[in-house]
Amino acid sequence: MRRIIAVAIIILASFLLQTTVLQWIPYLEITPNILLIVTFSFGFMRGRSEGLYVGFLCGLLMDLFYGDIIGFYTLIFIYVGYINGIVSNYLVTDIVLLPMGLCLFSELFYNGYIYIFGFLLRNRLNVIQYVQTVILPETVLTMIFTIFVYGILLTVNKKLEAIEKKGADKFA
Amino acid sequence: MKDKLDMKIKIQLTPKATLVLATITCIGLMGITYFSKPSALTVREVVGSVVVPMQEGINEIGSWFFGLTEKKIKLEEALAENEALKNEVVALQEELKGYQSDSYRLQELEELLQLKNTYANYDTVGATVVSKDPGNWYHKFTINKGTKDGLAVNMNVIADGGLVGIITDVTENFATVRAIISDESSVSGTTEESLDSCIVEGDLQLLNQGYLKLSYIDIDADITNDAEIITSSISDKYLPGLVIGYAKDIKEDSNRTTKSGYLVPKVDFKHLKEVLVITTLKETSDKK
Repeated sequence: MRRIIAVAIIILASFLLQTTVLQWIPYLEITPNILLIVTFSFGFMRGRSEGLYVGFLCGLLMDLFYGDIIGFYTLIFIYVGYINGIVSNYLVTDIVLLPMGLCLFSELFYNGYIYIFGFLLRNRLNVIQYVQTVILPETVLTMIFTIFVYGILLTVNKKLEAIEKKGADKFA
Repeated sequence: MKDKLDMKIKIQLTPKATLVLATITCIGLMGITYFSKPSALTVREVVGSVVVPMQEGINEIGSWFFGLTEKKIKLEEALAENEALKNEVVALQEELKGYQSDSYRLQELEELLQLKNTYANYDTVGATVVSKDPGNWYHKFTINKGTKDGLAVNMNVIADGGLVGIITDVTENFATVRAIISDESSVSGTTEESLDSCIVEGDLQLLNQGYLKLSYIDIDADITNDAEIITSSISDKYLPGLVIGYAKDIKEDSNRTTKSGYLVPKVDFKHLKEVLVITTLKETSDKK
């Protein structure tokens, strides 16, 4: 229960940051994708199930406020969370650069999806232009933000796991 | 005890099954919302009533904070500007006297001709931009007014005397607006003088330069550079006569039958805060 509340607060805070504060940064046309960081981080730290649920909530928020149809963003966020959950079985959590790599992969996966279904199907064919104007800047910026956000999430997660372990010990 | 645990595991879904279930749900939802757009989703209402006030609060704090630093820089600029403006006022006052007499004459003539200035006749509701689309592919934003203020889907949004966009979703407390600079947006335009038609499209790639795409202009059309492009009456959602922006770099297309170029929007989309929603809908205004 404690975890659910904590995660819900994290998601809500990320959404609020992304839609307000991060839009104010002067000279910055691109917004970093904090919700994506939250999704792949939880997928990676906690496995595919939790990644899926966190992704579902993040995507749903995007859909409810900015989606033309409900489910478009939710679908991709679910997969980002789930796939990062699978990845966590094969990789060690302690390497610092790893979240950056995960971010790179998740960003490309996410933006590729939006490009294909939102733009390519409307006959917008010059991929390179879109990579230059949107995908590349967003990916780089989100990777920079990953360092901080992943750090915060890792600490929160460790605290939560410690509390959960304590609770479990009590009953054992 | 062990039996009980086994039972629990059996009931719980495996991650794979959850994924399949969630995927089907998403695709199903997409299908449902694509074919029959529910005007007011309950979930959206509930989430919106929690999130929107928070966003408003954050914006308030933010604008206060940013306002402090901005104020200092702007004060000096303002003082210099004030001097210049004072001189201008005197000159303009003289000019105004001349126009005032012209205006009376015009009014009389208009009454004779029974012309109506439609632009001023639209009812509007003021609203504040609460948040912007966190993604970088589309350009949408939410405003702090909803159905309870009389807003509805397809209402036009203006600011600074120019067209901003159109409402795509509305709930009781907030509405989502798609800006005309968004890649999926297209508006049919015209000019006041020539009445030649053209299409104004948002283009993600031109956006960095601050332009929109202006296309499908007839080769013989009299749309030149710097011409003021307004919304045309043939559009099914946009009200006629709203200023969109100014034409730029109009060139002949390679097919030799049309011309195209860029459009510099009238509205400063980067610093959008207060907007006006025209509560007259295109369909209803036509019926009158």
